[in-house]
Amino acid sequence: MSLCSLRHVSAFYGDFQVLFDVDIEIGEGQAVAIIGANGAGKTTLLRSITGMLKRTADSIHFAGRSITGLPAYAIVALGIAMVPEGRRLFPSLSVEENLMIGAHTGRPGPWTLKRVYGLFPVLFERRRAPATQLSGGQQQMVAIGRALMSNPRLLLCDEISLGLAPVVIKSIYEAFPAIRAEGTTLVVVEQDIGRALAMADTVTCLQEGRVTLVGRPKQFSRADITTAYFGS
Amino acid sequence: MSVFALVDPVLQGLLLGGLYALFAIGLSLSFGIMRMVNIAHGDIIILGAYATLVVVNQLGIHPLAAMVVVVPVLAGFGYLLQRILLNPVLGEDILPPLLVTFGLSVIIQNVLMAVFSADSKGVHADAIQTASISLGGGLAVGWLSLVIFVVAVAVVAGLELLFARTGLGRAFRATSDDQAVAQLMGINNRHLYAVATALAFGVTAIAGVFLAVRTTFIPTLGPSKLLVAFEVVIIGGMGSLWGTLAGAMLLGVAQVIGFRYDSGSGVLAGHLVFLVVLLLRPQGLIARTRDL
Repeated sequence: MSLCSLRHVSAFYGDFQVLFDVDIEIGEGQAVAIIGANGAGKTTLLRSITGMLKRTADSIHFAGRSITGLPAYAIVALGIAMVPEGRRLFPSLSVEENLMIGAHTGRPGPWTLKRVYGLFPVLFERRRAPATQLSGGQQQMVAIGRALMSNPRLLLCDEISLGLAPVVIKSIYEAFPAIRAEGTTLVVVEQDIGRALAMADTVTCLQEGRVTLVGRPKQFSRADITTAYFGS
Repeated sequence: MSVFALVDPVLQGLLLGGLYALFAIGLSLSFGIMRMVNIAHGDIIILGAYATLVVVNQLGIHPLAAMVVVVPVLAGFGYLLQRILLNPVLGEDILPPLLVTFGLSVIIQNVLMAVFSADSKGVHADAIQTASISLGGGLAVGWLSLVIFVVAVAVVAGLELLFARTGLGRAFRATSDDQAVAQLMGINNRHLYAVATALAFGVTAIAGVFLAVRTTFIPTLGPSKLLVAFEVVIIGGMGSLWGTLAGAMLLGVAQVIGFRYDSGSGVLAGHLVFLVVLLLRPQGLIARTRDL
């Protein structure tokens, strides 16, 4: 069953068009990887879903209703959370306060402070520290925990491995099975193709704002993906 | 020189700082949360003073009791003003809100002029306007000054507690850090900004009531109060309300000492201290550092 569907989504930054008629179906409980080169429109796609960017009329549906006209703060309350690129933690808030503000909408669900600390025990030790004093990997854990605190049905992760050491990336990705076990649907935007394909049920490749490949990761050869990624 | 001549102006200046802190807190709040400078801030103080006059004349209650009416009315005015007029012009560019609030300043002054004339007005309170407590050695502090100072400290402490301990305070700080990501947390920034302005105007209304009880006022007094508020916020350090209180007390002491030295140079002494602080410690007395 489709949880979130994008039909003919076009997006602009001013007069500059970034997305052209993008169609994506995200099934409930699935893990979807969105891959593509820099500037392909991956982040723009996530920003369109969250309402941070104005979208073309009636093109995005979530849980059976159109969310196209809704502002970002109302979309979170429906159950879509985002881990933004570069983490974007609140520097004036402590680790614990960053997590607590994730629960601002008061959506009920399995994720509480205690559960997030269970998932990332190191955050419990550092809970009083200002969020920006943590290491990059720990900050990424706060960003993921902050998104989980809103108990999302759909969790969007934008480039969570960017700028982190491989061993740190591995420890962060180890958290995803526990998140998916709650039935949370996952959309992961990654430049690290190998990692994205390893965890995803379906993969969508974007190139210059258009979908160039959709399907199960196993369907495709390296050459297919390279073509979809860079063009032929 | 006697001890009295030294201690008395310092004491009176510190107490005057209470009033100046109340003048400045609203300005500090709207800059801190929304990065918005309200040029009409001083006129809101004067609006509060005239509102006190109206409430006292209509209801016949004590001017300090008028606060119960004036504060919520101005807070409500602030909420609506932010939602209707100011939210639409808030953005990356800081100029539009400056222009809009400058226009608002002109409008408020002219409406007050049309309704109340240019004659100076005042409200009559009971003995609190003149009563004082003797501290011995010729030292005395006015009851009113003391009440204003205590209220100022209570307001600063209350707001600091609100910011540090409550969900609303957390939302204010998060929005101040990064309003786009704050919306991703489900924070409706339009409503939150309006609540911030309501809070700022509420505190400013308290200042207006005290100004009305303390002295006479005319419709065009606002800009001079805005200047005091600016100096206090900059001396104290942006983003710290305890800094605002400290800055207000320093400015108060400078003015009173200047005034004692020469009755025409009190305000000038305040400006000079402001300039010295700006030169030696541009981040203010209590700077709240943020790694953004």
